[in-house]
Amino acid sequence: MDLELMIGSFPRLLSAAVITLKLLSVSLIIGLFIGFLFAILRLNKNIFVNRFAYGYSYVFRGTPLLVQIFIIYFGLGQIEYLRSTFLWVILKEPYWCAIIAFALNTGAYTSEILRSAFQTIKPGVIEAGKSLGISSKIIFYKIQIPIAIRQSLPAYGNEIILMMKGTSLASTVTIMDLTGVAKYIISTTFKPIEVFIVAGGIYLFMTFIIHNLIKFLEKKYSFN
Amino acid sequence: MELLAFGDSGWGDELFYATLMTIAVSITAMIIGFCFAAIFTPLKLSKNRLLNFIANSYTTVIRGVPELLVIYLFFFGGTGAVMYVASIFGYNEYIEINAFITGAFAIGIISGAYSTEVFRGAVQSIDKGQFEAAKVLGLSKFAQFFKIILPQVLRLAIPNLSNVWQITLKDTSLISVTGLVEIMRQSYIAAGSTRDPLFFYSFAAVLYLLLTYLSMKLINRLEIKYSKGY
Repeated sequence: MDLELMIGSFPRLLSAAVITLKLLSVSLIIGLFIGFLFAILRLNKNIFVNRFAYGYSYVFRGTPLLVQIFIIYFGLGQIEYLRSTFLWVILKEPYWCAIIAFALNTGAYTSEILRSAFQTIKPGVIEAGKSLGISSKIIFYKIQIPIAIRQSLPAYGNEIILMMKGTSLASTVTIMDLTGVAKYIISTTFKPIEVFIVAGGIYLFMTFIIHNLIKFLEKKYSFN
Repeated sequence: MELLAFGDSGWGDELFYATLMTIAVSITAMIIGFCFAAIFTPLKLSKNRLLNFIANSYTTVIRGVPELLVIYLFFFGGTGAVMYVASIFGYNEYIEINAFITGAFAIGIISGAYSTEVFRGAVQSIDKGQFEAAKVLGLSKFAQFFKIILPQVLRLAIPNLSNVWQITLKDTSLISVTGLVEIMRQSYIAAGSTRDPLFFYSFAAVLYLLLTYLSMKLINRLEIKYSKGY
């Protein structure tokens, strides 16, 4: 055990963890919008809209995140047309490519979580709203959405933790996040166990915080 | 399309073998994972607090730390660990461990943590009466477990194990960082030499989709087979 290395590398890994958290929070926010949009499309009765939303979530859930990042980072730059548009400003940055891939990926999972939450709402609740003479728009915003959000909290908590682990793949496209810095220190010092303990400890701590935050929200918004 | 031709002119045969490699690593990792689950599930269910603590730390750490970090630990640390053990027995030459074994082991440990949770849940959801009935019938401990409990555990565990399989299959793409030539690595090589990353990575995505789709079909059949009588 090289304690000196562990203590010495801690500040560097901690500042890299900030990048991990930035990647995570930005992609979660964008992913939540995508997830909501596609969950609503999934519930649409039009078969084409429905199929399109299902296809999106099937493809992004059925392929590894690494492939998705590589297609966006290495693949999209190949299209000449894209290089001439303003999109190129975003797509040439590995940071934004990673965020686009993460957001699309977590969006697919989030849409499934929200869809099943919407579907478990008892029809009686909506009928009760209707019979009280509330417009269907207000039923959706004031009754269905709050119930669906509460229902999907536990599953969404898992998704946040999975996504936090997923951000480690940003290191494959040259971003120095927590895993990227950990790999760099390992490959220069050849002390994998020490670095793993410190970096893994930081990840575990973040998992712990997220887990408890979700638990707190679950309790706060519980039905009883 | 000529990019996918078989033989020297295209990448068809290389990608085909890479797909077989992905399947081989996934199955090996899944089996290694089952071995870990077979060890840690009883520890999780045991009443001894120390054993409980060991099993809980295993599943918590592995499920809370990114897969890539675990793979780097094995990739960089595996050789050192094996050489250290060998040096105790007086062997001091350089030992290189096969990328397949390192990769399958790393993914296997990850998959094992998820399998452990699935089996724990399945055992816990079996009615207590089943254990008591098995005991009352005077069956041996061995028969109690293999004839009464295990078949029921399997039936309950299969749907969740299919999720573990999907996770394991997708995680094998991460082993490409160690140089093992599976779908991801082969696409990387092909993309580099043809300068057509969009095509090859999209094709890799199609291959993964195909694998997940086919395995889902297969597992559904298994599920039907094991739920006979319910």
